[in-house]
Amino acid sequence: MPDSPDAVREFEARIAAGETIEPKDWMPDRYRKQLIRMMSQHAHSEVVGMLPEGNWITRAPTLRRKLGLLAKVQDEAGHGLYIYCGTETLGIDRAELVDQLLAGKAKYSSIFNYPTLTWADIGAIGWFVDGAAIVNQTMLAKASYGPYARAMVRICKEENFHKRQGYEIMATLSAGTPEQKRIAQDAVNRWWWPSLMMFGPSDKDSPNSAELTRWGIKRKGNDELRQRFVNLTVGQAVAIDLVLPDPELRHDAETGNWHFGPIDWDEFTRVVHGDGPLNRERLAARQDAHRAGAWVRDAAVAHAAKRAAAADAVAKSAAA
Amino acid sequence: MADDHSAAPASVATTSRDGQWPLWEVFLQPPRGAPFEHAGSVHAVDAESALQNARDVYARRGEAVNIWVVPTTAITASTPEDVGPFFDPGNDKPYRHPQFYSVPRGVRVY
Amino acid sequence: MPRPAASSVGRPIAVTASDSTTRSALVQFLLRLGDDRLVLGHRLSEWCGHGPILEEDIALANIALDLVGQAALLLDLAGATEDAGRDGDALAYLREAIDYRNVLLVELPKGDFAFTVVRQFLFSVAAYYQLEGIARSTQTDLAGIAAKALKETRYHVRHAGEWVIKLGDGTDESHARTQSALDGLWRYTGEMFQTDAVDAALVGAGLVPDLTTVEPRWLAQVTDVIERATLTIPAAGYMQRGGRSGRHTEHLGIMLAEMQILQRSYPGAKW
Repeated sequence: MPDSPDAVREFEARIAAGETIEPKDWMPDRYRKQLIRMMSQHAHSEVVGMLPEGNWITRAPTLRRKLGLLAKVQDEAGHGLYIYCGTETLGIDRAELVDQLLAGKAKYSSIFNYPTLTWADIGAIGWFVDGAAIVNQTMLAKASYGPYARAMVRICKEENFHKRQGYEIMATLSAGTPEQKRIAQDAVNRWWWPSLMMFGPSDKDSPNSAELTRWGIKRKGNDELRQRFVNLTVGQAVAIDLVLPDPELRHDAETGNWHFGPIDWDEFTRVVHGDGPLNRERLAARQDAHRAGAWVRDAAVAHAAKRAAAADAVAKSAAA
Repeated sequence: MADDHSAAPASVATTSRDGQWPLWEVFLQPPRGAPFEHAGSVHAVDAESALQNARDVYARRGEAVNIWVVPTTAITASTPEDVGPFFDPGNDKPYRHPQFYSVPRGVRVY
Repeated sequence: MPRPAASSVGRPIAVTASDSTTRSALVQFLLRLGDDRLVLGHRLSEWCGHGPILEEDIALANIALDLVGQAALLLDLAGATEDAGRDGDALAYLREAIDYRNVLLVELPKGDFAFTVVRQFLFSVAAYYQLEGIARSTQTDLAGIAAKALKETRYHVRHAGEWVIKLGDGTDESHARTQSALDGLWRYTGEMFQTDAVDAALVGAGLVPDLTTVEPRWLAQVTDVIERATLTIPAAGYMQRGGRSGRHTEHLGIMLAEMQILQRSYPGAKW
């Protein structure tokens, strides 16, 4: 049944008045669908995002780095969980969302399809990828859907340490031996452009942007957020003597922004559609974990059923 | 406030497809005697596991001194239709607020 | 993230062990405790991103973080006690397998989820009773670390114990996998309670209480949980040993090759 125009008008008036939409509130079917799509993509990204960094947990170079990285990757699992939990309030099971991911039907952030080749990649991911995520999530913390916004508030609080950890790793490498500096610069070269792509296509080419903005799910455009991230990062790179790989990068006195060169959207499209370096491996790793865990999940269910039956029997015999 | 999952009837109470565990709502009491607050939810097969999962997921940074877990199905929530009759009457009882009563200038009440 | 509070590289430490025999015994004892936790924490961390369900991924990482955190404190203290200029990182990343002092139990590959939780349970129960004693050590740094670790370990016992029961008394498949894990691990448990001159020297100097009561208490608790899990305690047989004197399985060398690669590849670099 199509949503009645009156109801939609009333709903949009609530959003315009800055009200938060809660799970039981009426919402246009399309709003619900857009949220499920966006939130589940976000949750999948957190979970798939564990893999590139998880790749270095066993090789972290000091005990302090091992603890920091493990805690960080664990946080990603937590963040995935918070967002799945928020998505479930929209009337969909986490199991169904996970199935969509495992079947290759759901998207996740393309950046996690790139490989982590050296330890410096762990620094670059924390600095760029988490830095970009914080810019995006700070905006989403004001999203119109309450459960999403609240998950974002919790995540932003936790994620600050991720970025600082990454930046500290890069600063240490950059000030280290020539070989350390070389891997740091190489990681910057490889992760910079994919990080800019994380904000998504330019608003004029983004099919969902207008609707998401009208409904207060997104409060700022992709280009504006991307620019904000570039402006923040340029000075950070200078401070630790690493060079962002963009010959066009220059300060625009008129706008106050850092102008950056063209993004290779062909690469973005190619990776989104499955032909990034590691799309297949990332999905396979999630499928393997899910398959290998099936007997564990089933065992827990079977045991709980036995316990419940035993408790029932006790209660019945007591009543008799 | 609670993220009410009751709009999601399919996800609760029973273990559904593919070994999906039931959903529990998690409430944390922050340190220093503050009231419990809803934190989110976890999947777990029983109360003890729900408690452990809640601890591992929502209290990794010393956020809590107490945890409640409640089966999502056990929560009864007000509906959007209740908003008027439930909450509006509370908005026109100024005599419930201290500002309704005047005290002589210069006197400290507290 | 902040360094664990008691971590103290370079801080002058009041080692109450004055004579060199006691001092070197204490170093060995600290290496044993630290290596057990580092190696097991490392094995657990291999699950990160690959757990059976998101909630459990987070739980296993929490236990791994506790263990590696304890290891960092213990190895720093070992380095400070040794007083030869090595800190926890030097001990973790620049020792050969033959210098590691962990029990064999913890270095075995992570196996399936049943193997991981059964091992965790067997180790954590022993660790709990050991730490309870060590928390009364007259060496205050060690006692402090043990007291902190004791709280963490109590939770590990609870979490792993619940899983042993769920898996043992779950489905036919989970029962079979869990019994098989228990059978495979049992012959590595005896080493946890083996004592030698190192323990004797420390007990004699009053630094560590006599820990011979740990094994019967361990067995009682393990038996209780195994029975509730409808599993069978394996028949007594030969107990493998060697880890405490550096005679390890082949698995440890491979694990260390991975763990130590950066420190070995870039000698002297800061990270």
